[in-house]
Amino acid sequence: MLTVQGINVYYGAIHAIKDLSITVNEGEIVTLIGANGAGKSTLLKTLSGLLKPKTGSIEFLGKSITNQSIQSIVKQGLIHCPEGRRVFANMSVEENLELGAYLQNSDSLGADFEKVYSTFPRLLERKKQLAGTLSGGEQQMLAMGRAMMGHPKLLLLDEPSMGLAPLLVKDIFRIIQEVNAAGTTVLLVEQNAHQALKVANRAYVLETGRVVLEGDAKELADSEEIKMAYLGH
Amino acid sequence: MEYFIQQLINGISVGSIYALIALGYTMVYGIIKLINFAHGDVFMVGSFIGLFSAKYFASVGFPPVIVLILSLVISMTVSALLGITIERLAYKPLRRASRIAVLITAIGVSFLLEYTGVYLLGPQAKGFPEIINKHQFQLFGSSVQVDSNQMMTLGTTVVLMIILQYIVHRTKIGKAMRAVSFDMEAAQLMGINVDRTISATFAIGSALAAAAGVIFGMTYNAVDPMMGVLPGLKAFVAAVLGGIGSIPGALVGGLLLGTVETEISSLGYSSWRDGVAFAILILILIFKPSGLFGKNVREKV
Repeated sequence: MLTVQGINVYYGAIHAIKDLSITVNEGEIVTLIGANGAGKSTLLKTLSGLLKPKTGSIEFLGKSITNQSIQSIVKQGLIHCPEGRRVFANMSVEENLELGAYLQNSDSLGADFEKVYSTFPRLLERKKQLAGTLSGGEQQMLAMGRAMMGHPKLLLLDEPSMGLAPLLVKDIFRIIQEVNAAGTTVLLVEQNAHQALKVANRAYVLETGRVVLEGDAKELADSEEIKMAYLGH
Repeated sequence: MEYFIQQLINGISVGSIYALIALGYTMVYGIIKLINFAHGDVFMVGSFIGLFSAKYFASVGFPPVIVLILSLVISMTVSALLGITIERLAYKPLRRASRIAVLITAIGVSFLLEYTGVYLLGPQAKGFPEIINKHQFQLFGSSVQVDSNQMMTLGTTVVLMIILQYIVHRTKIGKAMRAVSFDMEAAQLMGINVDRTISATFAIGSALAAAAGVIFGMTYNAVDPMMGVLPGLKAFVAAVLGGIGSIPGALVGGLLLGTVETEISSLGYSSWRDGVAFAILILILIFKPSGLFGKNVREKV
């Protein structure tokens, strides 16, 4: 579904991603783990078109999207749910979801709202409330709901569990699995490597902009190296 | 008391002009964080286009109300296109440049418009036709008077405000504008075309300034290529007073500034009028830089 080949990405003078290649197959949950500054968020921003790679290629659904505009990438179903939720705090929950469907036909809007509200009943209760008044967990649900409004084929999730209470973290991961089971492929960036490896099929470990390890998520979770470095036992 | 109310009514009509111009400042600032110093000159261009259209349609023999509406529509449309053109040619190439570079460019565009005006039209003031004859009305049997022009000013402003509210809160492009001004990157991830949204913002702001230009011409009956400088700066003060980036703030700031100025003049300190406006700017910047309606959104983690 997604094939990234040998990309190099720069943040000004900083060489943030070095000759990186990954693939994501249809129906999978793939997770990227690694410390702060490993280049995980940079990679997601490059996939959604916010950043352009200097060299290398990105292919999505068999077509090159390396130099396409963000709008056309979004339109093809590659939706990026950014780190820090980034909901539009000055707008209502409903308006936020509407913006998520910005490029969709308005005929499917009703059904899409229903789908998001049934996944996140909390959002329905608060649909007229300003997004800025929601709790952190609710804002995360809104960010994910908003991404779902864009009919993602591949959903990029950046740190969805960051800063949430343990109970909510469990909820969020359960929902990620539900969304995936309903047919959306997921590329998940997480600090919480333990949980991420539990739900994922495959994983890549990033260090200073490079893939240093890749493989089956269950196997990686059991490997001594990963346990030492990322799982803390 | 009646004298005070009389001045309040006068203040509201001056304030409407400031408010209409201030909206353009505040909307453009909200979306690309630029103080568009060429905005006062778009107001000037709008006024001249209004003047030419009004003269033409009056000479063809249309009834006054139609002349007014047509002049407003044409002036607003042409100015909207001018606003889009200015943004595309002058500011868009500087999207990634430092903010000071864009600011200096805006001042350059301002001079360009002013002196192109002087070159084409000459520096002398031109008479603005009296589109609708002025009538005085007594209010509630008191000595407070309202003239037809003040009523037209208020009516036009109210109608434009309602249209603006509708666009910003109910239409797709309005929601895109609010999203881009809140978080440009997140808006892009929704698939919003940022360039098109910025163009729309310039178009709407310029159209409102043009409407203010036509109203200004009808109120003061004289227009010249430098006429945009002072109202432009005053509207900037109004936008800062209300909280730059805030649409209701620009409206309230404009009306408040107009009223304060008129009251100051009516107390016999008319030579202090401009000074007071800029004193307000200084005081606001010292004591409440975010203005009356300044954004104060808390972030949650």
